[in-house]
Amino acid sequence: MKDWMGKIRTLSLFSFLVIILSACGKDNLTALVPKGYGAEQSFNVIIISILVMIVVFVVVMAIYVYVVLKYRQRKGQEDQIPKQTEGNKTLEVVWTVIPILLLIIIAVPTIASTYDLADESEKEDSINVNVTGLQFWWNFEYPNEEIQTSQELYIPVDERIYLNMMSSDVIHSFWVPSISGKMDVSPENENTMYIEAYEEGVYWGKCTEFCGDSHSLMDFKIVAVSQEEYDEWVTAMQNTDPEYTAESATAQEGQELFENSCISCHAIDASANHPVVGPNLADFANRTKVAGINDFSKEEIVNWIVDPAEVKPGNGMLDAPYLEENTIGQEEADKIADFLLELKATDEPVDSVQQFRENEANEN
Amino acid sequence: MSTMVATNKKGFGATLWDYLTTVDHKKIAILYLVAGGFFFILGGLEALAIRWQLVQPMNDFVSAGFYNELITMHGTTMIFLAAMPLIFAFMNAVVPLQIGARDVAFPFLNSLGFWLFLFGGIMLNVGWFTGGAADAGWTAYAPLSTTSLGEGVDYYVLGLQISGAGTLIGGINFLVTIVNMRAPGMTYMRMPLFTWTAFVASALILFAFPALTVGLFLMMFDRLFGAGFFDPAMGGNSVIWQHLFWIFGHPEVYILALPAFGIFSEIISTFSKKRLFGYTAMVFATVLIGFLGFMVWAHHMFTVGMGPAANSIFAVATMAIAVPTGIKIFNWLFTLWGGNIQINTPMLWALGFIPTFTLGGMTGVMVAAASADFQYHDTYFVVAHFHYVIVGGVVFALLAGTHYWWPKMFGTILDDKLGKITFWLFFIGFHLTFFIQHFLGLMGMPRRYWVYLEGQGLDLGNLISTIGAFLMGIGTIVLLINIIKTSVKNEKVSGDPWDARTLEWAIPSPPPFYNFKQLPLVRGLDPLWVEKTEGRKGMTPAEPLTDIHMPNNSFLPFVMSLGLFIAGFGFIYQKYDLSWLIVLFIGMGITLGCMLIRSVKDDLGYHIHKEDLKKEAEE
Repeated sequence: MKDWMGKIRTLSLFSFLVIILSACGKDNLTALVPKGYGAEQSFNVIIISILVMIVVFVVVMAIYVYVVLKYRQRKGQEDQIPKQTEGNKTLEVVWTVIPILLLIIIAVPTIASTYDLADESEKEDSINVNVTGLQFWWNFEYPNEEIQTSQELYIPVDERIYLNMMSSDVIHSFWVPSISGKMDVSPENENTMYIEAYEEGVYWGKCTEFCGDSHSLMDFKIVAVSQEEYDEWVTAMQNTDPEYTAESATAQEGQELFENSCISCHAIDASANHPVVGPNLADFANRTKVAGINDFSKEEIVNWIVDPAEVKPGNGMLDAPYLEENTIGQEEADKIADFLLELKATDEPVDSVQQFRENEANEN
Repeated sequence: MSTMVATNKKGFGATLWDYLTTVDHKKIAILYLVAGGFFFILGGLEALAIRWQLVQPMNDFVSAGFYNELITMHGTTMIFLAAMPLIFAFMNAVVPLQIGARDVAFPFLNSLGFWLFLFGGIMLNVGWFTGGAADAGWTAYAPLSTTSLGEGVDYYVLGLQISGAGTLIGGINFLVTIVNMRAPGMTYMRMPLFTWTAFVASALILFAFPALTVGLFLMMFDRLFGAGFFDPAMGGNSVIWQHLFWIFGHPEVYILALPAFGIFSEIISTFSKKRLFGYTAMVFATVLIGFLGFMVWAHHMFTVGMGPAANSIFAVATMAIAVPTGIKIFNWLFTLWGGNIQINTPMLWALGFIPTFTLGGMTGVMVAAASADFQYHDTYFVVAHFHYVIVGGVVFALLAGTHYWWPKMFGTILDDKLGKITFWLFFIGFHLTFFIQHFLGLMGMPRRYWVYLEGQGLDLGNLISTIGAFLMGIGTIVLLINIIKTSVKNEKVSGDPWDARTLEWAIPSPPPFYNFKQLPLVRGLDPLWVEKTEGRKGMTPAEPLTDIHMPNNSFLPFVMSLGLFIAGFGFIYQKYDLSWLIVLFIGMGITLGCMLIRSVKDDLGYHIHKEDLKKEAEE
């Protein structure tokens, strides 16, 4: 089946993209340029249904334009009474049966891919990630590797990764359009889906179930890396040190502040044992973005610490005592940022992340 | 009481009192039209605020919290407080006339239904003034809705509960009316399509609204009395709300869309000067859509994690609805075929509707494909889809109906030039706003987003969308100018200004308060047309001139609804302070007291004597 679908795809891809849309949106965000298995499956069904629907639309519009042009009242015809036709059984049968056939063309691949995308037969032998959605960030725990991280889900390319997803507050929804369609993250039922990325890169993820004030800012990323890089990253994460001591002087002061005000919610090592309270910061210095949305820079980190409500209204950090006590100003935040910038599992970010940061910096 | 009262000029106070107490379906129609029109404009202003917030990336026109209130109230207002009552306006104005009845079956309940809707609608909006309206989306998914702070969602729950009761009452009333009150000869298969669709929509109301009522009760107990029906921590389940909501919510789409189809069927047939092509198939398709409408609710929940079997079944069931919908589209096209198509404002809306709704139906099939919906779901693609259906189908129909039945309701005719200007502004604005949103969705813009980031390729599409929205706004202003101009000019028209086909056009515009002096004899589909083709001016009466039994006006429906409105505040604020229970008891006391009065006090109505009718005819 894949074969003829592929042909249809290439054929239609061209005409569809050229005629209807000159731009498909941002690379690594748009669902129109699939770069993963789920997105590709959905895209095939999208294309099939669009093609069928275009046929329907053309037929309807042809009749429509014809009747409106031909039978439009002309001057002097005001009193003409047309023939009062009751109907036509043959026509009724025609426009009942043909649509049914057209729908079958859509329904068959729909059902096939719906089952395919729900397939859990390889779950045991694949990488599993426990995804937790929270207002307004994401936690990713790798139970077999015994590590966890937040906001950025690292996966090796061309591998099926099974995501076991639950929310710890309201319903969220996990969507990385380039890689796969979405799945709700609910507080009572664990939902499982799998993803597979075809190319290395950083892909935008969005929360797609309305979840409160910063719903629109609950972005996350999938960082797809080579198998080799992935293995290195996992080992490095496993080796992150809970007792890490800052190197530079300002960072040391920052660490002290951090230990007073932040550590009750944020862990600095990637151990899966930490309860999911605030985002895990073990690999913070290698992030693509600050708070999932802002450019990765010290300035943005400081902004976030000083005034998190400005960046993400209603987020969980607004309950932090330091904000009420007003103990951390610009200067202190600067030191904490220095400390955070030392938190990294690997010395350098993976290639995908470096590339992504450069692209983002060039665009803005 | 004299029959002449209705025709006398009255002061403002008397008119107000008349409308507060009226049980006349035609006046209730006007009440629905005015109230629904008001909420339509309110919801429209909310929409413009939403679009202005999204005019550029990371805009800060409104705060996140206020934005969430705007989207919630926009959806809730447009569905429950604008579209529903406007549909009811036309059902009230037209259905009794189309079947040759003097009123609905239960005029008192008709009035009660309206006042419940209005007080419910006001209740929903009270939140704006008490620290924040509902902010959990019009779908109010738990646990976001059950944990939302403040009273906004409480107002949503109680407001919808009250107005929902009104809708349910209205639905039952129309079912009984259409079953029992058809004029002699008006068999089911001679009923005009609008009456048929009103009939099926009323049946849908009867079965769908109880699901909403149950859901809202559970949510009320969760929010106000500490229950945990939707709270997983207490053994509840939040997905149950989604099922209850959509078991109501999907039929609701057809409750709105079917009467819209009915309106277009009337208009297309009238202005093509042809009987509706494939009437039987149209009726069959209407019933089938209504039936299938109950089988597809879970297509709103493909990403909830129901599993591939449920997803596939609901996907196929949903696609099946495209078949009867297609039957309708083709029958409209073939009604036009061979016709003498007069393009005036109502017809222009109908002609604009066909391609627009076809697009909405097409994307409907696309989102029905579960595995593709994993991409569309909760993005602007879906926003585009349902606006194509609800604006392109329902709002177009309401605007068409406004122009088409305005003469019947008010005795004047809306300016055709201004009407056409409204159409083109609104039509172009609509497609500008929503067509691009299909692509925005697939390009990665989820719905209910307060802001979108810079550099995500979404800027241009959103800008275009906002420009379109403002065009629609201007179109609506032109409509208002048209209404004012027409009312000021006050040029009366005849009973049948369109040379139309159905019974409502056989009597004067606006009709006398008793509608038909003598019930008409219906001799076929399009009864007035049948008579006209046989050279008669009007309907043949089916009965001799006799006394007409009429219901008395009553102030009780208003007070009854007011009581529930007051009780609503007691329900909400007792969560902070139990002394508010007094308000609850006072409110419920008022309502129950009114019910008691209504039960024990005989109100047998009055008769218009045939002598008076004769005298009136001579004048």
